[in-house]
Amino acid sequence: MARADADPKIDRRKFLAGVAAGAASAMAPPAARAAEAPAQTTPRAPSALPPSAKTVEAETKTPRELARVPGIAGSDFMVDVIKTLDIKYVPANCASSYRALHESLIDYGGNRMPEFLTCMHEESAVAMAHGYFKVAGKPLLTLCHGTVGLQHATMAIYNAWCDRVPVIVIGGNELDAAHRPPGVPTIHSAQDINALVRDFTKWDDTPVSLQHFAQSFVRAYKIAMTPPYGPVMISLDTGLQQEPMRDDGEKPYIPRYVPTSPPQGDSGAVKEAARLLANAQNPVIVADRAARTPNGVTLLVQLAELLQARVIDQGGRMNFPTTHYLTAPASAVSNADVIIGLELSDFWGTVNSFTDNGENRGIGQNSTRINPDTRLISICAVDLNTKANYQDFQRFQVIDVQMAADAQATLPALIEAVRSAIRNDRKSAIAARGESAKKAYAEMRSRARQAAAVGWDASPISTARMVMETFGQIKDLDWSLVAAESPRFNWPHRLLPIEKHHQWLGRAGGYGVGYAAPASVGAALANRDLGRISVCFQPDGDLMYAPGVLWTAARHKIPLLAVMHNNRGYHRHRLSQARRVDGLVGERPDQGSVRAWSRPQGSSRDGESGAASAARRVDATAVMP
Amino acid sequence: MNLNLRTLAAIVAGLVLTSSVAAAGSAEKGKAAYVRHGCWQCHGFDGQGSVAGSKIAPNPMPFEAFSDFVRTTSGAMPPYQKAILSDDDLADIYAYLQSVPKARDPKTIPLLNP
Repeated sequence: MARADADPKIDRRKFLAGVAAGAASAMAPPAARAAEAPAQTTPRAPSALPPSAKTVEAETKTPRELARVPGIAGSDFMVDVIKTLDIKYVPANCASSYRALHESLIDYGGNRMPEFLTCMHEESAVAMAHGYFKVAGKPLLTLCHGTVGLQHATMAIYNAWCDRVPVIVIGGNELDAAHRPPGVPTIHSAQDINALVRDFTKWDDTPVSLQHFAQSFVRAYKIAMTPPYGPVMISLDTGLQQEPMRDDGEKPYIPRYVPTSPPQGDSGAVKEAARLLANAQNPVIVADRAARTPNGVTLLVQLAELLQARVIDQGGRMNFPTTHYLTAPASAVSNADVIIGLELSDFWGTVNSFTDNGENRGIGQNSTRINPDTRLISICAVDLNTKANYQDFQRFQVIDVQMAADAQATLPALIEAVRSAIRNDRKSAIAARGESAKKAYAEMRSRARQAAAVGWDASPISTARMVMETFGQIKDLDWSLVAAESPRFNWPHRLLPIEKHHQWLGRAGGYGVGYAAPASVGAALANRDLGRISVCFQPDGDLMYAPGVLWTAARHKIPLLAVMHNNRGYHRHRLSQARRVDGLVGERPDQGSVRAWSRPQGSSRDGESGAASAARRVDATAVMP
Repeated sequence: MNLNLRTLAAIVAGLVLTSSVAAAGSAEKGKAAYVRHGCWQCHGFDGQGSVAGSKIAPNPMPFEAFSDFVRTTSGAMPPYQKAILSDDDLADIYAYLQSVPKARDPKTIPLLNP
């Protein structure tokens, strides 16, 4: 990989490289460090040796201002490229393999658009970008060490992949084996770092020139932002970052970003779907990640009201208002004669049930939940982007009309087609269906309130009351429920008036535990900029994966009300063990209070992030420590 | 909750049988056992039920039906055998479920009527 010619003068990047090498020397074998340490007067070895003078300097002194190399640094040009895409933040954990780009972001880019946010863990950084996108609709960039940092980031990238969320990941990598420093920098280099995440990213590249980087970065952004959205990966050579641009050649250009139109359903398939829906006796709409934007909710309401069809919102996004009378429970599929699934992550699981009970030769029981003649329609963009290795495509389901297309982009054409397909003699039946739906909805809401009333005065507080007490504090604000991660915890959807797209963001996607806390902080960052209050019902085990994200929230003044939902154990694991062994082996990791250790992270009491006055207004909210 | 024929038969039997085992249970110990065994994870602390587990209190089913279901269920809930959940704990849990007071009328709870 190309590198700058040797230059006798120290430039700012070489100084940074020296600092990194100094830090590496601090990690030298104990014998080498002992040689630098003062002689010991006692036979007992101390628990830590004093740092060398070089290490002290690197750790404590302010680097001198150094002369810049002539011309434009390669990493400065990279910042120019990044700035064309209006990326607002870069949540990242710092690393020497992208030190030049980091320095350019701060010194050349002014640490604005994008602003660097210090994270304690790469998994947190990616998950922050994940949560941010679901509020802002704009992707973030994250930087990481190409080997160990990317290894930390992988689960969060997999969650983003499964949840169809764009995140742009750059991994620093020292490709030039003849020039990279030996020791840690070499052990932290690899031939192809992108291989680690290739199975669950939409695209990746390893640019070998600055012009290549410009095209690669804009292409990565474009691919990530074309539905189905997804994470992308760029391996960025350290030498390329540090290489200066020369005046004697052609200047690289920055390609203009033009969004790609999302794929729409084939017109013939749309017409056939409309015919089935218009003539159905009991059509049911099922939506998972259908509404990519608030307009998706508007379109889905139009389709549902046109058909007076009940809507099952599986909650991958906020697709349909919980206050609408056409809202239906999952069981509504059982009486349907036509079911249309919009961006379903699991169509098989929507129309079948599975009981993990050890029967059927140990593989559990499968049974259908629908009538044999029920016709199935699917509009799902993920059909265009299925990969082989990871099994996020779920079990195979036969579909009668299947469109590999984006549901939201297809809805306008489908609505018009349905409007044309409804015969006049069907209109009274459709209206009657709506009246029946209103009655069913009222009964469903009544049942939810009755269930919530059980144990209302109990101690510890019931989860239903926890939700409603929290809501009581925020209901007059512009609120956003940014996470409520347990799939068994459905009180928000049963009780809360979730009417706006940002009031429910969906879940992790890949069920990778450790999502809720960092994604909530990322979503809260976007909501902060929009003047909203963010609330999450935070599982205890999830927070314990990378609680350092609370430090990031406090450091960068990101307001978030995190109400701990502490179940104090791995109970799903205990259930499985109860079925299979004579004794329980499930772990109960903590009998203590999460808030006891959240304070030292910089968060104020009860897990409330300390900065925002808006969040302080909910101090009295019931918390389940 | 999936009710099979055996469970239904047990429920019917339970309607006509008196449960001496249940009468011996301690509601106080039962609440601790209910938490310790993780029953609340699916059924809620007060047996009110959730997306994962049915409502089991107040007014729990007769003890024989309850016991039969817990010991032999083949549904989503795993069967809890004596090695995992003793007879004493089971009786105490049942006593706890019996002690759960009747739910308030939701119309009297302002937060449920925004």
